[in-house]
Amino acid sequence: MNQSIYLFISVLVMALTTYLIRMLPLVVFRRRIKSRFLRSMLYYMPYSVLGAMTVPWIFYSTGSFVTAAVGFAAALVFSVRGRSLITVALAAVAAALITGFFVG
Amino acid sequence: MNKDKNNSFGAGVRDGIPIGLGYLPVSFSFGIMAVNGGIPALAAVLISMTNLTSAGQVAGLAILTAGGAFTEMALTQLVINLRYALMGIALSQKLDKGFNLLHRMLCAFCLTDEIFAVAASKEGEVSRGYMYGLLSLPYVGWTLGTLLGAVAGELLPERISSALGIAIYGMFIAIIVPPACKQRGVLLAVLLAAGISCAIEYVPVFSGITQGFAVIICGIAASAAAALLFPADKEAEEE
Repeated sequence: MNQSIYLFISVLVMALTTYLIRMLPLVVFRRRIKSRFLRSMLYYMPYSVLGAMTVPWIFYSTGSFVTAAVGFAAALVFSVRGRSLITVALAAVAAALITGFFVG
Repeated sequence: MNKDKNNSFGAGVRDGIPIGLGYLPVSFSFGIMAVNGGIPALAAVLISMTNLTSAGQVAGLAILTAGGAFTEMALTQLVINLRYALMGIALSQKLDKGFNLLHRMLCAFCLTDEIFAVAASKEGEVSRGYMYGLLSLPYVGWTLGTLLGAVAGELLPERISSALGIAIYGMFIAIIVPPACKQRGVLLAVLLAAGISCAIEYVPVFSGITQGFAVIICGIAASAAAALLFPADKEAEEE
């Protein structure tokens, strides 16, 4: 098969699969779920998912455990004080960057 | 009145800024990776514009460069991205009446982990305007980052691009910490999920579990435990 045709079809397959996984549940579940347990579970879902995606992966995000750990600590301090998403994100980046000058 | 303001297109755009910024370094490194793997820059951008998912794209790229089969591609995407189905069910409960079939189908295209997290952790229902505002900048950031990484990947100093890698996680922390300080159920869900996630990563028995599946396992187990111990009646039913 021609290389660019292979590439194009592969990207199409990739995009279509990803889209169907995202689209079907949003379209199928249109009624309000009644079960109190399920509703509670869905309420906690974003926090669980984010917790699992953050730990341990944040410690590998900068290529250095130390800079990432300092960035993590900075994010915790700023978020406990209720700062906005962008402030917390930039504080973590700045802390990691500055730490990098000392340990890297 | 205040509620409407927080549910407007502008409020969505504002909440999307950190996501879009956070996507820049991630998609930037995807762009570099794609070009290094022999994929044309334009194809890399096309992948980002049609997929909008980090883990899935990196896995897809590996299959592409190895010349893998279409079925392998579809199966891999299914496994890695199955967590979106879970998130879709949760988000389906948050959308207001303005979301008819067409709008649900349109928004689904941009349902990323981060957009889901921001929309689903928002108080009350989510409006159409807010949702479209929320997803606009992340889409631009993801596309632009890929393009920049693909055509100019080597220009950004290494020190800065590696520090930028933490941006997206900083945003995750900003989403989970404030409610975790106020609600014990959220705190439990977050700590449990983080603990299970570490166990899956570091305990050798679980080494066969991919990251996509790990997210599903952690999400279901931690949320179920939190729901059992702290039924979220008040929060979940307030709308």
